[in-house]
Amino acid sequence: MPTMIFPGRYSSLEKIAEFVTKEARESHFSENNLCCIETAVDEACSNIIEHAYRGENVGNIECTVDLIPGGITIALKDNGRPFNIKNYRPPNLKTPLRNRKTHGLGLYFMNKMMDKVELSNDGSTNILLLTKYRETHPDANKTQEQCNG
Amino acid sequence: MEVTTTTLKRCDLVKAKGRIDSETATAFSDAIQKVLGQERFHIVLDFSNVDFISSAGLRVLIATQKTCRRFNRGEIVLSNLKPKILSSLDLAGFTSLFKIYDDNIAAIGSF
Repeated sequence: MPTMIFPGRYSSLEKIAEFVTKEARESHFSENNLCCIETAVDEACSNIIEHAYRGENVGNIECTVDLIPGGITIALKDNGRPFNIKNYRPPNLKTPLRNRKTHGLGLYFMNKMMDKVELSNDGSTNILLLTKYRETHPDANKTQEQCNG
Repeated sequence: MEVTTTTLKRCDLVKAKGRIDSETATAFSDAIQKVLGQERFHIVLDFSNVDFISSAGLRVLIATQKTCRRFNRGEIVLSNLKPKILSSLDLAGFTSLFKIYDDNIAAIGSF
């Protein structure tokens, strides 16, 4: 269950992606799933920096990759402001261009790319748990057509 | 990430290379803003060397398309999309907002 701690800044994003996809690649996840995992983790970490920490170099992001039967979980921990899921409104993808909002895609991508997205808070730490199953797993039913990397 | 721009007769060709994420989206946006600042609103964006785009990069695309299409003065079109980039665009509901071409010849020829 490898864990790494990264500074909460945007220059960490590529390093976090490399860390997570290396673990997933060694566990023989498909290119399709690797693409979904990379995108979801990137969006999650960007949101932590932008919304939880409200800026770069405020706190760290602890990333733990865990192989589970038929899949992988990525736990991302931060000590920023907790996210209230009740305030989230998914983007309307049919809105005409001139009215199209430019924010709100991050969590939407996470939900589409992963099989489970779970948020929790233990008082001082926010924990985001992302789960992706291999294509053959019975619960891998959400995103198989989405990433064709 | 690197961005190069080439001014052509009827449009500008913008080539991005690498990852477009929250770290690099500002540089990506700045390069496009330079083109827009020259009152040039017909743009081909070549994705052949782009390996990854996050929602931060997609925000730049939307903002650019809004600017280009204002007053019906132009458009940004996309070319050479890798399947995973196309998937991200599709997932975000962007494929109806941009013309997408297989190669630069077709994209440039569209203007």
